[in-house]
Amino acid sequence: MISLGIEGTAHTIGIGIVERDRENCTILANCSRMYRPEKGGIHPREAANHHAHHLPSLLRQAMDESGVPIEDIDLISFSIGPGLGPCLRTAATAARTLSLLLKKPLVGVNHCIAHLEIGRVMTGCTDPVLLYVSGGNTQVIAFMEGKYRVFGETLDIGIGNCLDKFGRAIGLSFPAGPEIEKLAKEGKHYCSLPYSVKGMDVAFSGILTACLHLMKKERMEDICYSLQETCFCMLAEVAERAMAHTEKEEILLGGGVACNRRLRDIVTTMAEERGAKCFSPPDELLVDNGAMIAWTGILMHESGITTELAETKVKQNYRTDEVDVPWR
Amino acid sequence: MEIIKRGAEAEIYRTEWRGRPVVIKRRVRKGYRIRELDDRIRKQRTKKEALLMMAARQAGVHVPVIYDVNLKNHEIVMQFVEGERVKDVMDEKDEEWQKRVCREIGAGVALLHGSGIVHGDITTSNMIVWQGHVHFIDFGLGTKGGDAEDMGVDLHLLMEAFKAAHRNPHLFRWVMEAYETHFEGATEVKKKVEEIACRGRYMKGEI
Repeated sequence: MISLGIEGTAHTIGIGIVERDRENCTILANCSRMYRPEKGGIHPREAANHHAHHLPSLLRQAMDESGVPIEDIDLISFSIGPGLGPCLRTAATAARTLSLLLKKPLVGVNHCIAHLEIGRVMTGCTDPVLLYVSGGNTQVIAFMEGKYRVFGETLDIGIGNCLDKFGRAIGLSFPAGPEIEKLAKEGKHYCSLPYSVKGMDVAFSGILTACLHLMKKERMEDICYSLQETCFCMLAEVAERAMAHTEKEEILLGGGVACNRRLRDIVTTMAEERGAKCFSPPDELLVDNGAMIAWTGILMHESGITTELAETKVKQNYRTDEVDVPWR
Repeated sequence: MEIIKRGAEAEIYRTEWRGRPVVIKRRVRKGYRIRELDDRIRKQRTKKEALLMMAARQAGVHVPVIYDVNLKNHEIVMQFVEGERVKDVMDEKDEEWQKRVCREIGAGVALLHGSGIVHGDITTSNMIVWQGHVHFIDFGLGTKGGDAEDMGVDLHLLMEAFKAAHRNPHLFRWVMEAYETHFEGATEVKKKVEEIACRGRYMKGEI
């Protein structure tokens, strides 16, 4: 089965074409364009305009890259939520159009679960705890009793959002994570920051405020270093708690912030110390992408799920644990 | 010393201390944390945990008795509570048992909150039924002098733990019933729990 997946929850519009052959996932194409605001954070309408503008050329590029004739596509998958309304609606409109045009079924995919499923199939882990860290989302997810359940999450802002906001304050462009990572490498002195773990939940806004206060008296490199160390250790800690709680021995990384090498090192060390294993798909599958939507669409469709046209209204607030998971 | 549990942040050893059966909880160094952060977190949590457990005991909550604290090795020596972990047995027991235990959990949390103690990691993994009573363990993430917000976070975590780990959907309601009868500030905290639940990503306000 070949699925075309459209991702459009936030700043990235992506199209992926994926084929399933038994348990194997082959990515035939995976292209995307990213909206970068000139200043400030994501403006939802501007992002949606960006997506609409790029969709036709992106579709052509994906078709060319895959070499698949358009009539061979069996399924149209799209990110139905969670995310920014205007972006979601743009992606959904494209998916509906393709579905009607090609007379192929539609499947609306939960974006967070797509991160987990693509990681699972590409890295070969079977029953992991997912540490999902992106701009808007920070969740610790694991499979239990027929659903993907959220064991811990941020109580305020996402980790990526925390990094971006700090980055913006010190004049870095969006997304600020990679620049902060570079600066942090030059940091030597640890500035004391709040450490905010509440059970299996985390909170970042206080740390962000503390970092902004430190700007007057500490080196930027040291603040970036301290910010990363504190936040990433908190994430490793809640992930470890979830692993201990669910008695799972695999940890999977997902989301754009997982491209950060220091975070990966920290989580890998955490896993090794408890005799567990850490898995991470390649960077292009960590960030928002169409292939993960396409792949999850196949899993869903082959277990009997189709989203009828009338039910394709986007779900900005789509919870991870709302989704039934008959494919596991 | 026999290691009986390797938790997320500590190792638990079973041994004897001056003729008494005890467990030693030792917070281990985490290789993924930089030294400064690691030392600070381990020392702070060991000290705070011991203080909180003593305060909880004074409030009339069942917790292991503390015999010794060693801040250099990040160790607490405490009474060995040899019972069943609520997380392991809850789903196997009949409804009467579940109801009784949930009420005791609610009453216990009420007593803690009534004396300003917030547990901080209140899941069924951290409760042991021993000699007919629910004993609370692992106060490592707790705080003293918490406000309604902190207590709300506490109960919200418990609610999430019930949802995630146990099948019977009535459990948390029974906890809350007992909580409300045993703690004056319950109404305010309950409101906070609802507020916090809505604060989580994409919640629509129902709990």
